[in-house]
This record gives sequence, structure tokens and C-alpha cells, in this order.
Amino acid sequence: MTAVDASRNAAARERSGLGVFTQDALLQIFLIANTFIMLFPILVMVLNGFKTNAEIFSSPFALPNFQNLSNFEAIATGTSFVRYLFNSVLVTGLSIGFILILGTMAAYAIARYAFRGSGLLLLFFIAGLTVPLKLAIIPLFILMRDLGLLDTQFSLICVYTAMGLPSTVFIMTGFIRTLPRDLEDAARMDGASEFKIMRSVILPLARPAMVIAAIQNLVPIWNDFFFPLVFIQTESLKTLPQGLTTFMGEYNTNWGVLFAGLTLAAAPITLVYIVLSRQFINGMTSGAVK
Amino acid sequence: MATLSLDKVSKRFGETEVLHGIDLEIADQEFVVFVGPSGCGKSTLLRLIAGLEPISGGTLRVNDADMTRVPPARRDIAMVFQSYALYPHMDVYENMAFGVRILGLTKDEIDGRVHEAARMLQLEPLLKRKPRELSGGQRQRVAIGRAITRKPKVFLLDEPLSNLDAALRSQVRLEIARLHREIGGTMIYVTHDQIEAMTLADKIVVMNEGRIEQVGSPRELYETPANAFVGTFIGSPKMTLVTARREGRRFSLSDGGAIEADAPADAKGDVMLGMRPDALTLTRDRTAEGFEAETVYTEYLGNEAYAYVRLADGTMAAVAVPPNEDYGPDEPVRVQARSGMLHFFDPESGRRLRHGSLADERGDFNRVEQARR
Repeated sequence: MTAVDASRNAAARERSGLGVFTQDALLQIFLIANTFIMLFPILVMVLNGFKTNAEIFSSPFALPNFQNLSNFEAIATGTSFVRYLFNSVLVTGLSIGFILILGTMAAYAIARYAFRGSGLLLLFFIAGLTVPLKLAIIPLFILMRDLGLLDTQFSLICVYTAMGLPSTVFIMTGFIRTLPRDLEDAARMDGASEFKIMRSVILPLARPAMVIAAIQNLVPIWNDFFFPLVFIQTESLKTLPQGLTTFMGEYNTNWGVLFAGLTLAAAPITLVYIVLSRQFINGMTSGAVK
Repeated sequence: MATLSLDKVSKRFGETEVLHGIDLEIADQEFVVFVGPSGCGKSTLLRLIAGLEPISGGTLRVNDADMTRVPPARRDIAMVFQSYALYPHMDVYENMAFGVRILGLTKDEIDGRVHEAARMLQLEPLLKRKPRELSGGQRQRVAIGRAITRKPKVFLLDEPLSNLDAALRSQVRLEIARLHREIGGTMIYVTHDQIEAMTLADKIVVMNEGRIEQVGSPRELYETPANAFVGTFIGSPKMTLVTARREGRRFSLSDGGAIEADAPADAKGDVMLGMRPDALTLTRDRTAEGFEAETVYTEYLGNEAYAYVRLADGTMAAVAVPPNEDYGPDEPVRVQARSGMLHFFDPESGRRLRHGSLADERGDFNRVEQARR
């Protein structure tokens, strides 16, 4: 590691300092500006969660009194926020679970077993990437009605799993193909069954790719507003994005409570994202350096 | 305890046949080395024996039980891979215990076996390390350890030393020889390195283009190669092949001089001469009998030296010369043969001609062996 750093420093010194410095500085300025643009709306959302409606309209960008937790109290006591949160966690969690299990199994089969039509099967999965599921909302609605799944959380889980499978199969197939076949052969010689090979050898090694697939699917599913709106009517089954709309009245909206709710809704997914990203980066670098 | 028997084993990938009817008997406790140029099918044959590739035709028997269609897990065979194929997410202990756990032994037995193997291979201080924290030689030892913990009947080793540097290679080679003595078991070892083959094997199987060229002890292969391919493949520097015209005891190259040698009875007309470096000598005396040649360069190795000379027909020949003699480039020289050390092959088929020089008896023995098979 130090040897690499040293040689890199030496190389940097050789490329006359000033030009590189300005180039690096410009890059840094651009990145900082970008970070600011990305974070600003989130910051405003969090700050306004601590304000009353009047304060928001008079000074939207001012720092609030952080001791004023009345909005959060209102959410905890006066709304079904906790219920919505639970529903979102349930639906997102189960969907991601199904996507990873089914996607990895399909990808392993496609990547490793030579069978007739394996290429076609992969194409079929990938074709799913090109279909915007929202276009199929009416047939989906009829299908769910006929299956008796309307107004159940299972309908959402089905749709999300179907939505996530194409990209997951695509990512996982590519990744599993890069794993050395010798590992599986070694496990076969060690007497492992195909299932044991999948569970004890492939799955642990495929974890970085599974994290990518999970991150990729997590945010859209958590934030999805459209499918719950169509499929779910019962108040107690609503997910967060759908539930939060009840905070918006027809004539007047308590913006403070709404921002507080949005902050609470965004917090868990942001945390999960940060944790998974770290995993993902670790995974990317752990095998790279011998 | 295991004997292996291959009967007309063949392998096809799609339309191409890569192994053509391999017949081979391997005795219990034998150390067999498959050797041959890359692409000759030696690794494929090993994978067929392992069960990692299905056998297209013929039968494989282990201890007289038909194993042709048996999955690898139930063949009781362990394999060491060229890439080591250690599980990167498990530490050394888990790597070695993986196979034993599947056998369903008790925790104590597993522990005992792993520690026994670790002791044998001096891996005990490394048991808690991950493969990526090990050096090449250590990884190699773990791969071998993983194979021995299962106590299989047969060990397969696929070019196990090819990723090691030269110094380590000879050291691990010795360890493998020692292990074979200690734990017994039938070992099949694939390599393209003839030095590994010569030093380790009880029996060498020389393969070329999906066929077995010759089976025999290292000495048999060196002294009585069955054909020109085996002759040139075994021995370093390589045996030189020239086609010469025979007149009695004289073998002449067209406008290139001649040498004298005792020849086998059935060598008639044109004969392919196989000349190892130590069967040839050089002289600067241009009036002497011998092949006319010109030196190209010399390799000085300290205790020995080789001169490479170009014969009149353009063939490059390696000649062992005394290390204290210096030959510059482009020196005209004569190449002479030591009597009784030449090999004679049929120029058409490349097959060894009978009643060769010093190794008459061995040649006959070898032929009888082959006929018996």
C-alpha cells in the first residue's frame, strides 16, 4: 500500500505541480457545489420540520428553534405515521428479500449451468428492464382484482419483486460469471451438493453484487407512491409516501408537520443507504488488492 | 487403497474429440504424472477422472467399481487446483474443514484431522488467516491440506506448482514427494514441466494431441523413448532430430558430413537420428569425421555448458561441451557422436527402431509391456 502511494506521489510530482493543482481545485469546487445543490432541499426539509406554519412562511430558510418538537409530537400522537412506517418497512423489506433470493438463484442458474435457452432466458429477464411497469397498470389492476390481491400488501410485494428482478438478474449474472469456476469445482470435489455450493461458496462471494442490487431497488420501492395509490385503499395498509399525503389538506396544509413527517420518512432509508454503501465499497476493494 | 483403470476413455466437446480412447492402468500407491505440451488433453483427462467433466465414451474404474457416471462427491477423490481455488471468505481452518464437515464427522474428529494436516504442512500458525493474507507457497500448502483432510483414495494435482517462483517450486516439489511417502495414496499429477515429471513420478504418461504416446518410468522414457515425440519432449536441452542416409555404420547428411554409429537392424535407407546433447561432442578439427556445423551460441551454466550449433541442413543441435571450453559464434566445427548413445526413429512414423544402441533390453521390455496392455 505504502509503496503504491509513494510511487503515485512521485508520479504526481513529476507532472509539474501547478497544472495539476488547478485541475484538482476545479474538480473539488465542482464537487462541493454539487454536494450543496443536492443537500440543500434536504436541509430545508429538516429545518422546516421544527417550525410552525407561520414561521415557515415568514422565514423559510432561517434556523429554527430545535427545542420545538411539537410537529414531531403531533406526528407521533395525532397520525398513523408509525403504522405507515411499519407498512413501508414490511413491504420494502419483503420485496428486497424476494428480489435477492429469486434474482440470485436465477442468475446462478443462468451464469453457471449450460442448458438450452439459457441465453434466451437471460434476454427475457433483461427485456423486463425496457418495460415501464406503470404502463401496465390497468392489466395489473385487473390481474390483482382477479387474484383477489387488491387492497393487500402482497400485491405491492409482487409488483415490486417483478420490477426489481430484471436489473438484479442482470447484475448478478454478470458478477457470478466473474467468480472463478475452480471454486465451485473445488467445493464439488469436497463433496458439497449444488445447494451447499450456492449457499456456502457463491452467496458469500456474491455479497457485494447483492448489495448493489439491494441499493438499486431499495430507494425506488421505499419512495414509490403510484402502486400503493392504485392498489391500497384501507387506511391501516398504507405505506409512508401514500400516508403522508393525508397530511395535505384540501384547503390548508400544516407544512411543519408535513416536513417533520418527510424527515422521519427519509431518515431510515438514508441510514440504510449509508450503511450499505460502505459495505458495497468494502466489497469492491477487498478483493482488488492482493 | 485405490487402483484406477481407464478403458478407451474419450472426451468430446461438441463435435471435436479431444481425447481419443485413453487406456491406462494405475496401481495402488503409485505416483503417476501426466505430462505433455499445452493442449494435449492432460488436464481434461484429470477432470474426467475427477468427475468434473462427463466422460463421453469408455469406462473409468476405481478399485474395480465403475465410476464413469458417478458424481465427483461420491468418487472419494480429492483435487488440488492450479489456481489453488481456496475459498476466499473462509480462513485456513475453515478451508481445510469444509470437506470434512460434509463427511459428517464429529467436531473432535474434524478438529483432529485439520490439525493433523496443518502439522504435516507446517500451517499451524496460519490457521486463522484468510487466503489473501498468505503467500503463494502457503496457499499452495493450504490447497494440499484441504485435499488430505478428507483422506481420499486418490489425489489429483493439476499443475500445482506452476504459480510458484523457481526457488519455491523445487521446495514444494520435495514436500509433495515427502507427503506421498507419508500418507500414501494414489497420486495423479499433471504438469507440463518435465523436471517435475522426472523427479516425482513412479510412472510418467506422456500425452500429445489427446493420445498417450508412452507410459513408463522416468528412466525408461529417457533411455528408450517409444517415438521421436517422447524423445524430444523428455530431456533438456532437447534431443536433436535429423534425418540421415544410412550406409553401413555411416550416417550422412546430404553435403553435411557423416557420423559413425552402431545401428539397429531394421534401420534401412533414411533414418531419423535422435541425438541428446550428451550423446554429441564438438571438435574444431575440420578434417575430422562428423557432421559439419557452425556454432551459434553457448549456454554456460557453471558445472555444465551447452553449445548450440547449426548443422548443414539448418537444424539447430544442442551439444554438451566441457564448461572450460569456449566457443565463439560462427565457428566452423565438427559434431561427433558418442558410440551407443544415439536413438533411431523411423523417419515416416517417428517410431523407435528396434535393437537401438545401449538400451536393447529396456527397449524389448518396454515393447513387451506395451504389447501386454
